[in-house]
Amino acid sequence: MNDLTPTREQRTAALEGMGCKRKRVEDIRFTQGKGNYVDDVKLPGMLHGDFVRSPHPHARVKKIDDSEALKVPGVLAVITAETLKTVNLAWMPTLAGDVQMVLADGKVLFQNQEVAFVVATDRYAADDGINAVIVEYEPLAPLVDPFKAMDANAPVLREDLVGKMSGAHGPRKHDNHIFEWTVGDKELTDAAFNKAEVKIKEMISYHRTHPSPLETCQCVCSFDKIKGELTIYGTFQAPHVIRTVVALIAKLPEHKIHVIAPDIGGGFGNKVGAYPGYICAAVASIVTGKPVKWVEDRIENLTATSFARDYHMTTEIAATKEGKVTGLRVHVLADHGAFDACADPSKWPAGFFNIVTGSYDFPTAHLAVDGVYTNKAPGGVAYRCSFRVTEAAYCIERAMDILAQKLNMDPAELRLKNFIKPEQFPYHSALGWEYDSGDYHTAMRKMMETTGYAALRKEQAEKRAAFARGETREIMGLGVSFFTEIVGAGPSKNCDILGIAMFDSCEIRMHPTGAGIARMGTKSQGQGHETTWAQIIATEIGIPADNIMVEEGNTDTAPYGLGTYGSRSTPVAGAAIAMAARKIKAKAQMIAAYKLEVHEDDLEFDIDGFRVKGLPERFMSMKDICWAAYNSVPPGMEPGLEAVSYYDPPNMTYPFGAYLCVMDIDVDTGVYKVRRFYALDDCGTRINPMIIEGQVHGGLTEAFAIAMGQEIRYDDVGNVVTGSFMDFFMPTAVETPHWETDFTVTPSPHHPIGAKGVGESPNVGGVPAFSNAVNDAFSFLGSTHIQMPHDFWRNWKAAKDLGAVA
Amino acid sequence: MIPGSFSYHRPASVADAVKLLADLGEDARPLAGGHSLVPMMKLRLATPAHLIDLHGIAALKGIRRDGQNLVIGAMTTQHELLASDDVAKAMPILHEAALLIADPQVRYRGTIGGNVANGDPGNDMPALMMTLGASYRLESAGGARDVAAADFYQGAYFTALEPGEILTSVSVPVPAAGHGSAYEKLKRKVGDYATAAAAVVLTMSGGKVATCSIGLTNVHETPLLATDAANAVIGTSLDAATLKRAAAAAEAIMAPAADARGPVEYRKHVGGIMVTRALQRAAAVAK
Ligand SMILES: Cc1cc2nc3c(=O)[nH]c(=O)nc-3n(C[C@H](O)[C@H](O)[C@H](O)COP(=O)(O)OP(=O)(O)OC[C@H]3O[C@@H](n4cnc5c(N)ncnc54)[C@H](O)[C@@H]3O)c2cc1C
Repeated sequence: MNDLTPTREQRTAALEGMGCKRKRVEDIRFTQGKGNYVDDVKLPGMLHGDFVRSPHPHARVKKIDDSEALKVPGVLAVITAETLKTVNLAWMPTLAGDVQMVLADGKVLFQNQEVAFVVATDRYAADDGINAVIVEYEPLAPLVDPFKAMDANAPVLREDLVGKMSGAHGPRKHDNHIFEWTVGDKELTDAAFNKAEVKIKEMISYHRTHPSPLETCQCVCSFDKIKGELTIYGTFQAPHVIRTVVALIAKLPEHKIHVIAPDIGGGFGNKVGAYPGYICAAVASIVTGKPVKWVEDRIENLTATSFARDYHMTTEIAATKEGKVTGLRVHVLADHGAFDACADPSKWPAGFFNIVTGSYDFPTAHLAVDGVYTNKAPGGVAYRCSFRVTEAAYCIERAMDILAQKLNMDPAELRLKNFIKPEQFPYHSALGWEYDSGDYHTAMRKMMETTGYAALRKEQAEKRAAFARGETREIMGLGVSFFTEIVGAGPSKNCDILGIAMFDSCEIRMHPTGAGIARMGTKSQGQGHETTWAQIIATEIGIPADNIMVEEGNTDTAPYGLGTYGSRSTPVAGAAIAMAARKIKAKAQMIAAYKLEVHEDDLEFDIDGFRVKGLPERFMSMKDICWAAYNSVPPGMEPGLEAVSYYDPPNMTYPFGAYLCVMDIDVDTGVYKVRRFYALDDCGTRINPMIIEGQVHGGLTEAFAIAMGQEIRYDDVGNVVTGSFMDFFMPTAVETPHWETDFTVTPSPHHPIGAKGVGESPNVGGVPAFSNAVNDAFSFLGSTHIQMPHDFWRNWKAAKDLGAVA
Repeated sequence: MIPGSFSYHRPASVADAVKLLADLGEDARPLAGGHSLVPMMKLRLATPAHLIDLHGIAALKGIRRDGQNLVIGAMTTQHELLASDDVAKAMPILHEAALLIADPQVRYRGTIGGNVANGDPGNDMPALMMTLGASYRLESAGGARDVAAADFYQGAYFTALEPGEILTSVSVPVPAAGHGSAYEKLKRKVGDYATAAAAVVLTMSGGKVATCSIGLTNVHETPLLATDAANAVIGTSLDAATLKRAAAAAEAIMAPAADARGPVEYRKHVGGIMVTRALQRAAAVAK
């Protein structure tokens, strides 16, 4: 050893492994405008397709006349449901066990539904063609209000299902009913309510909104007639699932389908499902023999491809006078729109909404969810959350505040009193989950201490007194939120998509010079996988992250995986990566033992190589082992250094966090100011703190948007009125509050590296924090619950309804 | 979101532009910054067969002092208004209001001529021009005429601009030295049009309002001059009762549409508040 020998710290730092704030490698191309997105794909002879859409929310399609459209220069074909019927593709299966029209078949069921697909030599001609297609409609009564869906005289929407009184998830009670899903012990819960000292009941709505990624949904389909092969470039969060779905519905051999998801400009759940655009572009390519591109515009994205939420949750809590919860009862009315196109694991019609007991030790609970059809766009995707987990977190976090108000207790104190205790983990919830690990009290207390919670409450009391005296027109609210997520779908025992277990995968190939490539079944849409996946491998096998190239999104080269959504990448693929790396490491150890002429058991792994125990100078670096793997492996061993792992997780992971929002509201205009927002996240082992912070910033910004104004709204007759970023609230940097982030670390006991996932926590925990702040601000004027979104005029209306504004 | 086809013309002089307009008739539309027209074309709500781009006409650019007026060429961008010392010194309210239009990208392209000629009640400049007593120069193949901003707006997207005419400049009387002004605009976010906005220009004398003019944006199908409200504050020291009367007088002439910014009642209510706040702030800066 001499001065030039790197220290252990230097060797660890050189790897840029787990825990390092490694800069995002993908940003080099993104910040220079050198990303390669679907709309950058330009193939020779490529055609463009675009949709004729319905202006009516509910109508019979009497006639489609394409004769004028076909005269428009550049227009080559107009595809309708009749065309698709010839290839048996007028309808397609949804991930939720329903079927969905690809193009209007006899009827339209929501405004902007796809009616015909015009194929032309360029986008301008396609649009001219759209304007020349004449569709004759007979308008029908629209069904907009989900609460009226099961009325005796409600218009029947799905004529294809008439008389089928059983659906993919059991019996149907009405022609507009999709499913009823119940969980928990009803008798025990009813009993808890019968003897409860204190009860609350509130209908808590989580309005319809939209994931609205900046890049809309799009694809290029190219069918090679000679080889009989279909190549699809698309904005897919789950490329392998798309390949299998295409194989099943288009009846093409799966090995002749190549799905490529290039760089993706945000997904947030919007890009999980299959859309009519993909089917039509594929059919158009098969028909014309040319590549066909389909690119949604903003209006189409907001109004036709998957919305999120639209849950109406009647929530009851039973408790003792002292504030100990004794029972939870929730009934959800779920508005699914015209088709049930929820992107949930197949057996879960309401996703994992049964995480609704949250972070609290409810001895008993009962949940019932009714899904209904309305004349709205289909969807119900997990917008930056695990399946229906945001809805559940909002429901319980709002309800706990309402209970605190009824008991005249501080909402933070009520939560501390009811948290699952650290010694109760693994914890079995009343609605059937096994929480892996948590230390809720520590996280909550850290939040309260860091923010000066007690002092803020004191300030609020003073401001309320000043408001009562007429000295100020501003009211102050503190929004507490303590969420527990359930992510990492999931174990094959309870999760599949169309029968495929929700494992994930990783393949690592180390090259002779100590560099390598790793491929996964996941697909980054901005999460930074190319950076973090390499960091896991770096720490596991001692090769610098910079020497590992991460590749995702090509189904021909990547191992089969279920894709990226529901915060599943780190819990599932992250585990597969560690397991594949450990296989590499195990083989490396055998090679090192052979080269160092010792027994394997005499070696220990030391940062970036193997060392003979007790003889520190006898060391072989991983880089040298890579070389040896290609020329001098032990006799009988196959050369090379590669590994594949398919990981079926034993359990979900349960990230949690404590958030606080401090808000001031001017009652005269309803204008609010987020004075402070503090977010403490516990996502277990932290792979890259900088990326975690970025994920938290992004998720909080979405949560802010959703709670404070972002909605997909329909008027009384079914027109969607929020079809652009002028009215669909997309905050800019100016509106976005300053975020304070913090953390505790409670590793997952069952995950190979203890990581739980963080990408969605801030959306899940953020929405209740904002909404609770608004509700807390108004509570002293006598309200128990004000529905989201809390935009300016609704805040003013709340103040007015409560008598605070003349 | 793809416009229909159109032909593109780029004249080098006002004379050429108005000749093109005269020759091509009603299917031709002048194109300035394109930040109102092009979005409408993309939705095919506007389908002009000919676009006459005014960017090639040097004479339509620039800000100059002409006696008691600032004369602003129609093709002067909102960004150029913000960069002008003359504007900032002589009429700070114009600087203030321009800064509340959309975002920097829009302001680099959007022009004052396009903003006032557009006729959208959501545009901020029209009510402000009425408040300042500005007039517009309109030129056609037949000659030129001046129309007061207060007489220009007839309905949503319906103005005194005749077919064949181009708005070439805006002439704004410089307010008296020591005047106070304020533009109060409530919007949901950067890039949004006003839920309601109020422009106030006033002078004070001995602690009392001597002269006052109030304009209102986006609370009616046209921009409004709130004359009764302005008269109500003259001679007062803007005490609470007077402010209330002025807000009520302003609200009385508002007739906004209900939209995602809020119901009619809310938009009128905050319109009154914008008037109150603009009066208070203008008085505070007046000397
Ligand atoms: C996201 C966004 C937000 C916006 N927010 C605001 C806002 O808050 N407040 C606001 O005031 N504006 C706003 N605008 C509009 C913007 O200020 C426009 O630039 C302006 O309304 C029109 O100016 P323009 O130069 O772009 O005109 P264009 O779009 O080119 O033209 C507008 C109309 O005026 C006509 N026209 C243009 N110039 C002349 C002329 N010299 N003579 C005769 N007719 C002419 C055109 O034919 C057309 O009908 C916003 C725009 C966008 C895209």
